[in-house]
Amino acid sequence: MIDSDVHNELPKLKTLLPYLGEQWQVYLNESAFVGSGANDYPINAPVAAREGARPESGPPGSDIDLLRTHVFDDMGANLAILNCGFRPGAVHNQDLAADLATAVNNWQIDEWLEKDERFRASILVSNQNPVRAAAEIDRLGSHPGFVQVVLPVQGDAPYGNLRYDPLFEAATRHDLAILIAFGGAPGLPPTATGWPSTYVEEYVDAGAIFQSQVNSLIFEGAFDRHPGLRVVLSESGWTWMPSLMWRMDKEWKGLRRDTPWVKQPPSAYMREHIRLTTAPTDRPGPDRAHELSEIIDYLGSDRMLLYASDYPHWHGEDPSAWMSDLPADLRERITHSNAAEFYKLTVTA
Amino acid sequence: MAKHIIGTVDEIPPGERKIVDINGRSIGVYNVAGEFFAVRNRCPHQGGPLCEGRTAGFLKCEKPGGPYEYLRKGEIIRCPWHGWEYDLKTGQSWVDPGSVRVRSYDVGVEALDEARIEIDPETGYAKGPFLAETYPVSVDRLNVVLDLP
Amino acid sequence: MSTVTTASPEVQEQDSQRGSRNTDYSLIDCDIHNAIQSPETIRKYLPSRWRSHHETYGVRSYTGSYYPRAVPNAARHDSWPPSGLPPGGDLEFMQHQLLDEWGFEYGILNCLAGGGGRNLDFAAALATAVNEWQIAEWLEPEPRLRASLIVPFEDGDLAAKEVDRLGEHPGFVQVLFVARTSEPMGRRKYWPIYEAACRNGIAVGIHFGGAGGHPITGSGWPSHYVEDHGGMPQAFQPQVTSLVMEGTFERFPELKVVLIEGGFAWLPPLMWRLDRSWELMCEEVPEVKRPPSEYIREHIWTTTQPVEEPERPEHFHELLRQMDMDDHLMFATDYPHWDFDAPTSAFPRDMDKDLRDSILAGNARNLYGLP
Repeated sequence: MIDSDVHNELPKLKTLLPYLGEQWQVYLNESAFVGSGANDYPINAPVAAREGARPESGPPGSDIDLLRTHVFDDMGANLAILNCGFRPGAVHNQDLAADLATAVNNWQIDEWLEKDERFRASILVSNQNPVRAAAEIDRLGSHPGFVQVVLPVQGDAPYGNLRYDPLFEAATRHDLAILIAFGGAPGLPPTATGWPSTYVEEYVDAGAIFQSQVNSLIFEGAFDRHPGLRVVLSESGWTWMPSLMWRMDKEWKGLRRDTPWVKQPPSAYMREHIRLTTAPTDRPGPDRAHELSEIIDYLGSDRMLLYASDYPHWHGEDPSAWMSDLPADLRERITHSNAAEFYKLTVTA
Repeated sequence: MAKHIIGTVDEIPPGERKIVDINGRSIGVYNVAGEFFAVRNRCPHQGGPLCEGRTAGFLKCEKPGGPYEYLRKGEIIRCPWHGWEYDLKTGQSWVDPGSVRVRSYDVGVEALDEARIEIDPETGYAKGPFLAETYPVSVDRLNVVLDLP
Repeated sequence: MSTVTTASPEVQEQDSQRGSRNTDYSLIDCDIHNAIQSPETIRKYLPSRWRSHHETYGVRSYTGSYYPRAVPNAARHDSWPPSGLPPGGDLEFMQHQLLDEWGFEYGILNCLAGGGGRNLDFAAALATAVNEWQIAEWLEPEPRLRASLIVPFEDGDLAAKEVDRLGEHPGFVQVLFVARTSEPMGRRKYWPIYEAACRNGIAVGIHFGGAGGHPITGSGWPSHYVEDHGGMPQAFQPQVTSLVMEGTFERFPELKVVLIEGGFAWLPPLMWRLDRSWELMCEEVPEVKRPPSEYIREHIWTTTQPVEEPERPEHFHELLRQMDMDDHLMFATDYPHWDFDAPTSAFPRDMDKDLRDSILAGNARNLYGLP
């Protein structure tokens, strides 16, 4: 089983000191800089950690031994795709942001990839500067441990925007996927209607940002500019995907000439180029359980879902609970083959 | 097939069209650079008045940055209800490969070589499955003649 | 002329009268756009202080949300009246091309001008002027029409005043917001408006569009109109979330909200996402005492245009069952805009007849209290 979304987190900011140049070591000690400014998971919020996932010290996801016990031993994965939630994109100083990304990536190599061959990881970049981001991708692109570049779903501009061309060129040059992950703090309101009051609203509202990102990638022609581009959405929810397919196919039929490079229906791009992890699975209550299988049917592809625990986060139930009634071959696809194929992994189930 | 004279050539100058009602069928007759074409004034999508839509060209571009090409000027109708595009010469829609088909008619022009419908390589688009009904139109002396089944 | 052979069985329908002129069932159009004919039109209704402001400065709104519509006035190519007035600006032509053509019993006007603008006092004056224009030039001459109250919704108190001024007028059935507000609509700056709407027994409509002063996605500005037009569900979703999670429906139990022109296939997954997230994190929002989906099904209505077009028609019926809001769906054409839904072809032919009748008229009649 492949777990396509596991969070490896920094024990503390000072962990990065050995990986930073002197100017930043001094800065970290002398200034008020305490981190990126993003707070995607309030430390004690229910979603931040499942029971037992808080180490003695450090945030959830920062203890490799605890993580391995839970992800590999308890939940039975034999490969985990790491998604570090540090956000260089939320640091305005672009030299600092780029160097922090480099530092985190080097720390990931030392403390995760070299420690256990069952891990693959995501390259962090300063997404606000696509040229610097491309340089970091080129630096690490041939490292076999990295399978993708991680971008927070909240960026400065939707990721189909042409300004990201250098970043996507570098990713496809090294045949890396792009992970779009829940979170980010670029300083823009997290909804099209301004700033909500509460965390739970922000959490729910993130689904709509993922939808906007899918629209952007397709309609700005990211898949036409970068053939072979593969995109994974993590912690996005996925049950809204068919409604997006239907709506954007309808839009495209009437507005084709607005974006003439979109030569197939948007749903075709979604099925070919986009995958979604399954934690959370926003599903109906037990009185309407069958409706989930209708959504799966509407996806129109058995390739789109990648099983994930989203460890250490917690969404209210065992992350494989929703799969209990799936046909065996679909379950196999979701828990293994879809990720193995999309990430081009050679691993036995 | 029955022939209906729908007007004189002068009534429909190049680039214009005339909508006629024949036995409950509303039909748009178009003059495209001197050649006449006829399309049912009814969009296969939801029945909108197809021929009341704008007559335009086909915008082609492989990716942002261009080059942009504007082809088939005056040969594409856009349905006013949802903007779906149809080649008015063949009734061929340009979206939604793989769905419902509607009847089409061979377009022929009397006294000229029979036109053949071919897949259009110019636009790079797969032909959509929707076909607006088209009818043969010919010019007999000064009259525009419509062939209806 | 030659004799005409019998038309083939497939080609029986009369095109020339596209509407059914039906007497079989009632029809109510819950989204029609009456257009202000020209700047002079509205100046007639403005007091002189604001008339000269309008002439000199016009409306200054938030920038950035400028995505030119695919067609002028976003209007159907065939909806330009022969009088030369703009689409939706000619009552006689609207009567002919819409109300009479299809046999609508009622139509609800949602005027998309006159709300918003950053100068709030001007916005209030303009809203009043638009409402007076609506009464004089639409409601009074055409008894089939009802209208939405235009208000300066970014100022709760000024807006509430206008709601109280006209809320009892039988021609107005709801207060109109546009979806991209400056803050999510559950936030308290808007509460005076909900209070006034409930006080006057009218609904609150949220219509497609708007410019709230920030990018139209939660990750910045898209580049293309298709992302704006197709991106409206991503504005409606946070509005529903905010209204529910700020406890608005607990505070205003009489509040009825209509989502207009937002589509609806996104509603079931959002209900599930809200319910599961509320179960996990309800401690953060103690005012929300019941599962979000319950509030949604009780307090929220939605119009059907642009109707959802799943890949297979049976999915449409499944979608409605997932929504479980059969008595909260209301038909709309969006006349004169370019993505028009016709009452005879918008829904699958095998839709249950009673359900179809509810959607085409019954639900709107009940919500808006139409005789």
